[in-house]
Amino acid sequence: MKPPNRPARFDAILLPHLDAAHNLARWLLGSTQDAEDTVQESYLRALTYFQSFHGEDGRAWLLAIVRNTCFEWLHKKRRHIEMPVEHLELFRDAAPSPEALQLRRSDRLAVQRGLEALPPEYREVLVLREMEGMSYKQIAQITNVPIGTVMSRLARARRRLGEALTGAARRETA
Amino acid sequence: MTCREAIPFLNAYRDGELDLMRTLDLESHVRECRPCAAILETEKTLAEAVASAPYYRASPSLRARVESPREPSWRRPAPWLALAASVIAALFVIGRGAPSDNLGKQIVQAHLRSLRADHLVDIAAAGRHTVRPWFAGKLDYALNVQDISGRGFALAGGRLDSLNGRTVAVLVYQRGPHAVNVFVWPAAGQSDRSPEASTINGLNLVNWRADGMNWWAVSDLGLADLEELPLCPCFMPVHETLRS
Repeated sequence: MKPPNRPARFDAILLPHLDAAHNLARWLLGSTQDAEDTVQESYLRALTYFQSFHGEDGRAWLLAIVRNTCFEWLHKKRRHIEMPVEHLELFRDAAPSPEALQLRRSDRLAVQRGLEALPPEYREVLVLREMEGMSYKQIAQITNVPIGTVMSRLARARRRLGEALTGAARRETA
Repeated sequence: MTCREAIPFLNAYRDGELDLMRTLDLESHVRECRPCAAILETEKTLAEAVASAPYYRASPSLRARVESPREPSWRRPAPWLALAASVIAALFVIGRGAPSDNLGKQIVQAHLRSLRADHLVDIAAAGRHTVRPWFAGKLDYALNVQDISGRGFALAGGRLDSLNGRTVAVLVYQRGPHAVNVFVWPAAGQSDRSPEASTINGLNLVNWRADGMNWWAVSDLGLADLEELPLCPCFMPVHETLRS
């Protein structure tokens, strides 16, 4: 498919968000090579659908395309490779206590590992919220779920990350 | 405002996403309630932790490719295809599973069987009042059938299946095009256990023990979606049991 000619408006609206697009793709896919290919593909798609963009929030519009392209990619891959959820289970039996978190908050590697071990649906809401500073409404638009789901998903994502960052025994809730 | 009312919204409160009324309510609750203030503090630390993680900027070469696309370089053959084979080989060697794997596998098999044979339900639901009595005569245990259709999972019906030679009840829920099979059987005096997630053959499973029952939910839904199944006590806030 040959990309249609690019209007100057396309460059002005969407090129400033290249870093955001790459950051999201890199966190979702876990590899720079895959992220770069996906971002490139996303810009191609953005160009194809650019007529349907009505000039509201260029970043959210672009990131929605990026995350959809990433998830398609993940699903394709999932047919061949089981997701290593076990990574996550290693951390599961822990609850975050403020003290324990305090000790490790500066441990960036631990944070990175913890994030990487989360399911992609959790990772993406954290990236969009904490790194892009997006509102629940924008996140809902990008991930195509209701705002209430964004709220509960973020809560779960943070909780899981907290579990990953502490080694403490999980308190029984029952 | 009680802790139970406050906790689900602490997150959104910290993010400044609540309306004025609720914000004020939470503000005064958190001022008085130390456990909730501590949760809020944890939320804040976690948010800062994520913000401190690497931000992966686009490389100059990607920027060049996106800014002035040239046809040949735009699409490369997916490198992961070549990699996939070797990764699968590696997984084959490493991928010997955990002890509950066996049960998980049986449940995945049963799930697939029910879809393949187009035999998802023995009794189609017309509200839980049809499903529960249907099970009553067929099981040696009582089953609580919850209607959670208002919360995104429509009750499609029930089915009898067999695991390790035991007859077990399966509740079938539907979320959009995805079927969720929930296997339920008595836990014979074992204590409750928090939910655990796993993935087998690309299907996601969540299992837990509550109310004297073993619960195994399996679906092709994403893990995050599956954990939103309202039956599952997934990730109840730590302080949920507190009373204020």
